[in-house]
Amino acid sequence: MKTVPVNMVVNDQNHNADVSPRLLLSDCLRHDLGLPGTHVGCEHGVCGSCTVVVDGRAARSCLMFAVQADGAQIKTIEGLSKDGALHPIQEAFWEEHGLQCGYCTPGMLMTAYELLTHNPNPSDDDIREAISGNLCRCTGYTYIVNAIRSAGAKMRALPTATAAAAAV
Amino acid sequence: MKPAPFHYERPDTLAAALALLAHNDPDTKILAGGQSLVPMMNFRLAKPERLIDINRLPGLDYIRLEGNEMAIGALARHADVKASAVVAKHVPLMHAAYEWIAHAAVRNRGTLCGNLCHSDPASEMPAIMLVCGATMVVKSQSKTRHVAAADFFLGLYETAVKPDEMLVEVRIPIATAGQTFGFEEVSMRKGDYAWAVVACLATVTAGKFAQVAVAAAGIGSRAIRLPSAEQAVNGKAATRTHCDAAGQAAYDAIDPFGDVANSAQYRRDLVRALVSRTLAQAAALPPVAKAA
Repeated sequence: MKTVPVNMVVNDQNHNADVSPRLLLSDCLRHDLGLPGTHVGCEHGVCGSCTVVVDGRAARSCLMFAVQADGAQIKTIEGLSKDGALHPIQEAFWEEHGLQCGYCTPGMLMTAYELLTHNPNPSDDDIREAISGNLCRCTGYTYIVNAIRSAGAKMRALPTATAAAAAV
Repeated sequence: MKPAPFHYERPDTLAAALALLAHNDPDTKILAGGQSLVPMMNFRLAKPERLIDINRLPGLDYIRLEGNEMAIGALARHADVKASAVVAKHVPLMHAAYEWIAHAAVRNRGTLCGNLCHSDPASEMPAIMLVCGATMVVKSQSKTRHVAAADFFLGLYETAVKPDEMLVEVRIPIATAGQTFGFEEVSMRKGDYAWAVVACLATVTAGKFAQVAVAAAGIGSRAIRLPSAEQAVNGKAATRTHCDAAGQAAYDAIDPFGDVANSAQYRRDLVRALVSRTLAQAAALPPVAKAA
């Protein structure tokens, strides 16, 4: 089957590839682009562990074909930290014990990233609603909610310039 | 599992997309949000030979008021319809229902029109299109058809859209003065497909129901209107007794399916309760106090 050229910007880095149309974006990120932080749990759009941000919006990468990402700006979990420094959301998950095995965590972090970018001061109900599409088998969710609440506070406390940089 | 191989087309114009569809190939599927199609392809329950990716088609993502109808284009994402102040004002039933539809990431990419074309039996929007009396604008290279919602949802994952056609727009009559609505859904988790969902529109004048429309989804191969429930309350006083009578009428009329999760009897019970509750919501009756 004919391959299709794709160009995508992932974590501010330009990537070119020739892919089979049926290659899922999740597999492209993990195997072709060397970014295995995006996890594959169910591969049918219910668990949320494959969540990435595409053109500013959270998306389930197992439900996109890599060819559809041509021309897109994508942020994966690898793009959350900057120059080795943890993003406030990552710090909060660490401090609040918002992860155990870590399998759901990249998806949770990218979902939290979308939430806090659009709603900097979410209520606990807002947080629970936002993560309702991400399944976690380990934690029972309570500490994840605590972590996102704490992350919101950290991000609101940042000076504006750094906050803007962190939000990109 | 990974999806089976397919030919991939990505037209830049609607005309080009319709020209591809003119091959009239039943193994060709349109790819918009992909939130229903790609899971099926990943399971290999769907193995289209060709996908026409319409995400580059310009000017189809509109959500706008046109006279007394909301016009929503093929590429309007659920997230945008949910966030639309115009929809919240003019089709409040849709706005209320969106709290129950999928999750944020799915709503970001999924489209309303794609959801309607997929016609999942437990999807909420087909039931809402039925009560609102929406019209689907279906285009082929040679003609444009306006299909009433009542004629659109034909069976399990089956709609009136033919292999050479594409749903380009859905037109929804806006709420009239004094019109109210009710919406109830029961599912395992919020955002899951419904075990049963009921939507209704009604006008209540001088304490009486009029112009009642009730529909259910999640109970059979497709969303359906419930005419016996409608007849049980139309013209009658908006009381709990009459709402319950409508629920009973629905209970007697439907033939729901059962599965490993829920029996047919449970679905019947659910519909009876939800029909009564949605009509009571529309009439702004106080909720029934729980028994001590």
